[in-house]
Amino acid sequence: MSAKKETLGKTVGVVIAVCLVCSVIVSTAAVSLRSLQQANAKLDKQTNILEAAGLLEAGQSKDQIAATYAKRVEQRFVDLATGQYVEKDADYDMYKAARNPDESIKPQPDTAGILRRPNVASVYLISNPDGEVTRIVLPINGSGLWNLMYAMLAVDSDGNTVRELVYYDQQETPGLGGEVENPEWKAKWDGKKLYKDGEVAIDVTKGAKASDPYEVDALSGATLTSNGVQNTLDYWLGENGFGPYLKNQPWKS
Amino acid sequence: MADTKEMKKVLFGPILDNNPIALQILGVCSALAVTTKLETALVMSLALTAVTAFSNLFISLIRSQIPSSVRIIVQMTIIASLVIVVDQVLKAYSYEISKQLSVFVGLIITNCIVMGRAEAFAMKSPPFISFLDGLGNGLGYSFVLIVIGTIKELFGFGTILGFEILPLVQNGGWYQGNGLLILPFSSFFLIAGLIWFIRTIKPEQVEPKE
Repeated sequence: MSAKKETLGKTVGVVIAVCLVCSVIVSTAAVSLRSLQQANAKLDKQTNILEAAGLLEAGQSKDQIAATYAKRVEQRFVDLATGQYVEKDADYDMYKAARNPDESIKPQPDTAGILRRPNVASVYLISNPDGEVTRIVLPINGSGLWNLMYAMLAVDSDGNTVRELVYYDQQETPGLGGEVENPEWKAKWDGKKLYKDGEVAIDVTKGAKASDPYEVDALSGATLTSNGVQNTLDYWLGENGFGPYLKNQPWKS
Repeated sequence: MADTKEMKKVLFGPILDNNPIALQILGVCSALAVTTKLETALVMSLALTAVTAFSNLFISLIRSQIPSSVRIIVQMTIIASLVIVVDQVLKAYSYEISKQLSVFVGLIITNCIVMGRAEAFAMKSPPFISFLDGLGNGLGYSFVLIVIGTIKELFGFGTILGFEILPLVQNGGWYQGNGLLILPFSSFFLIAGLIWFIRTIKPEQVEPKE
């Protein structure tokens, strides 16, 4: 090493030079790749919604997914307090709004462990080729064992029958709680009923009978994740979540 | 310039003779966490190999300029920048896997292998051989990750790279997945077993009794 005569000026100079070069490289990478990353994130979201809508087929290309999405899915915004539609910009993000105190509330009690809930939520209306709304996809979230779990819940146009529950972002233990993404378990939700006499009745429980429309078998070895799924559904289907919306059924008018 | 024999030693030595995980016991943390599935282990191996090779190259290029009083910080700056670039590239071209790897790509910054090679080799050697050294150590790391990842995915999930090899009971097959292998800490046992195996073939790696 030739750095025998080390002076303060040289040390500072080298450090500044290294920092400048590194920051140029990092920001070039970040800026030049941003559009690709955003396209990925958008495609990922559309894929999840289409999966919940039951419109996703294996081996679809990016363009096909975007085209199906554009044709069959309509995003609307719901004021959770009244259950009626409101207008928002198309790029409104309900989970971003949940971090803004002006656009969200603190749930009391916070049974799903979400800390803050946005006032306005997105919903995705799925129509058949004739333009009738056949499914409603609701974004929901709640605490699992390790972290928040994000899912799309698809219900029929009666606002009561479950079609899909798609977890797309969760950090549960792979093989145990992570089985919320197992197709076998997801298939158990098809046809289950959410409400009985206006009360949330869906129950994630051990040894559930497949014939009981209100019971879904809990994940074995993942009691806390299963409880998290239950709490998430209880909260988002209840009075403080999509309860008023599913009662009013504004998609019918 | 180094001759080909030395280059070979620098490049392939770290795989068995001087493996960064098995002999130097460096970088074990990420080897525990990302080996549950072979696919994530492969991507992590690639990411770490790229970062180690290029950080060695760049640090070696400016090694005579780095003032020794702040050399660790300068090394960290270069390593951290490379890791951020790798993370951005993964997010752009391999979104699904970058979601699975989540924080572990960022944690390459603190991986002892990268830092250790920069300090121990790149600061003293010319650029090309340093690059090879980084590549070699990356390969050594990858070797361990791939072995562990294969064992864990095959016996934990009955699959290899997502293809079903042993049909699981819950999917209507006959194989009961090993729940212990799914959990991150089972890599401790596997890595220990691997070290035992390597040292049985190569007894010169056994430390002398104190």
